[in-house]
Amino acid sequence: MSTSEMTREDVAAITLDEATTFIWREAEILDRQDYKAWLPLFTPDGLYVIPIERDTGDRAGELNIAYDDAEMRAMRVKRLKSGFSISSAPSARTVRTTSRFVIEQGKDNSAIVRCAQMLVEYKFERTRVVGADVTYRLVRGPEGLRMARKEVLLLNSDDPLWGVGYLF
Amino acid sequence: MDMPTGGAGYGDLVQDDRVHTALYKDPAIFDEEMERIFKNTWVWVAHASEVPRKNTFRKSYVGKQPVIVTRDKEEKVHVLLNRCRHRAATVCEKKAGKTSVFVCPYHGWSYNLDGKLRSVPHQAVYGEGFDKDEFPLVSLRTEEYNGMIFATFRDDIEPLEEFLGAARKWIDLFMKQGAGYPVKTLGEHQFRFPGNWKIQLENTTDAYHFPIVHKTFLDSLDAETENVFDVLGQGGWVEDLGNGHSLMVMIPDLVDLEENLDAPIPERFAELAEELRAEGHSDHEVRRIVRAVGGGGFNLNLFPNVACSMAFFRVLRPVSVDETEIRHIAIGMDGGPEAGNRMRMRLHEHFQGPMGFGSPDDAEGWERVQRGSSAGDDLWILVNRGKEPLVGHAAGSNVTDVSAETGMRAAYQQWKRMMSA
Ligand code: FES
Ligand SMILES: [Fe+2]
Repeated sequence: MSTSEMTREDVAAITLDEATTFIWREAEILDRQDYKAWLPLFTPDGLYVIPIERDTGDRAGELNIAYDDAEMRAMRVKRLKSGFSISSAPSARTVRTTSRFVIEQGKDNSAIVRCAQMLVEYKFERTRVVGADVTYRLVRGPEGLRMARKEVLLLNSDDPLWGVGYLF
Repeated sequence: MDMPTGGAGYGDLVQDDRVHTALYKDPAIFDEEMERIFKNTWVWVAHASEVPRKNTFRKSYVGKQPVIVTRDKEEKVHVLLNRCRHRAATVCEKKAGKTSVFVCPYHGWSYNLDGKLRSVPHQAVYGEGFDKDEFPLVSLRTEEYNGMIFATFRDDIEPLEEFLGAARKWIDLFMKQGAGYPVKTLGEHQFRFPGNWKIQLENTTDAYHFPIVHKTFLDSLDAETENVFDVLGQGGWVEDLGNGHSLMVMIPDLVDLEENLDAPIPERFAELAEELRAEGHSDHEVRRIVRAVGGGGFNLNLFPNVACSMAFFRVLRPVSVDETEIRHIAIGMDGGPEAGNRMRMRLHEHFQGPMGFGSPDDAEGWERVQRGSSAGDDLWILVNRGKEPLVGHAAGSNVTDVSAETGMRAAYQQWKRMMSA
């Protein structure tokens, strides 16, 4: 490996600090339900996946709770913000925290970040807590970090859930 | 009004065009329903592809009672109470899988998949008179129609086919979604809502709510597909099929998936058609598969707990008077092209499940019904819409408007027969 290549990789490495700052910012955007600001956090070919199955498999070849490309994400945001969906007008309120970060540098300006997410939702005098393991594939582009993939594996992904009118 | 206590009294709570709100919120009525309805009729428990080979099983329920649906080593299907004969521990807590034996985790009694008690640790202590044949897992009467497996606690009621009656023709049409391949389940969405099971039962043949509740789903479709889902504007109808079953045809053009194969392929399936052609399927096969992938044009509601709903099975399980669990089981082609099954899963995710563009809004509507039913002491639920048959409709002289509440009336009349029998 030549010196110049090494330097390029060093410059590209995504630090834990950068990753957590990004993920916390995303969490805050989602809790504010500012979905218009959330969409551009993905790369154009990025995927937002909420699986049912516990084992990491071929998500495209199995049924998921959500399996969204850019088009589906845009439609989902439009739906949640339209005011015409009775499950999200009003939506449950949410507060989430993310922690327990583990980062693995990838090649090509990318990193896999795994973390824990605790989300509390409130609606109709009822409070629920949902835990999840979240895996991000972050890539560095000209405008900073972006999500190439966000996979939210809910602790109870294969149990009966409920109508969810917000985003995990 | 005074709450009736005897069987005869329950009948008064259901009139031809309305039912009393007590049906949603009286725990005593719920307990009676579990006895008089769920223990006295055919209850859907699984699709045959959920126990695909010998020595496979999946957990299910008949009313409130946990059961295991199994396929034994002779490939025969059984529905067994999930309860060890020793001291009642459940013998299976895995959702589905493959095994040749259930070993009770408490004292180690083991059972074959046909329910037979195979062995008992340290059996000698029971003495000579202990006969294993006396203690199999309790087996329910089980019958299957076109892949749909039903069980009943009753040995003396009519055979399943007779109970399904006029619904059989529609089950057969529904299974054409296999496009010539056997139908298999592809996974399921599960959710609960805080409301009575009959609120869900009503919903399956309620087209009236569709354009209102599912506006955001409709808005997410391209113009061509949105027209297809203009469910109130295409000459559909609702029909009482007897025994509490009902049919709602929303898209008449999609009743028989083997017809109209020459019609142009819709825009949203163009890419899939290309992929199938590239895989070497003939033009006829491509058209047949593509048309099947989009799903059928009707909902068939089978009393009391399952529906064949456009492209999936919709199963309800009563949990308590104000809690109900729902499964939306995606189906596809067993051995058919993967691209087709993938597309069906994406379409399923689009509408169904906890985060679909449709189900959460349905669930919210149902929860609102339950919450609202606490208001007023003596009010009735109206199911009086569209009582007059449509004159001169191609589907016959007994059909009502697509937005009529005929399906609900059919279900409640069956409820009344069973609750006052
Ligand atoms: S309860 Fe099953 S062996 Fe004792
Ligand atoms: Fe609906």
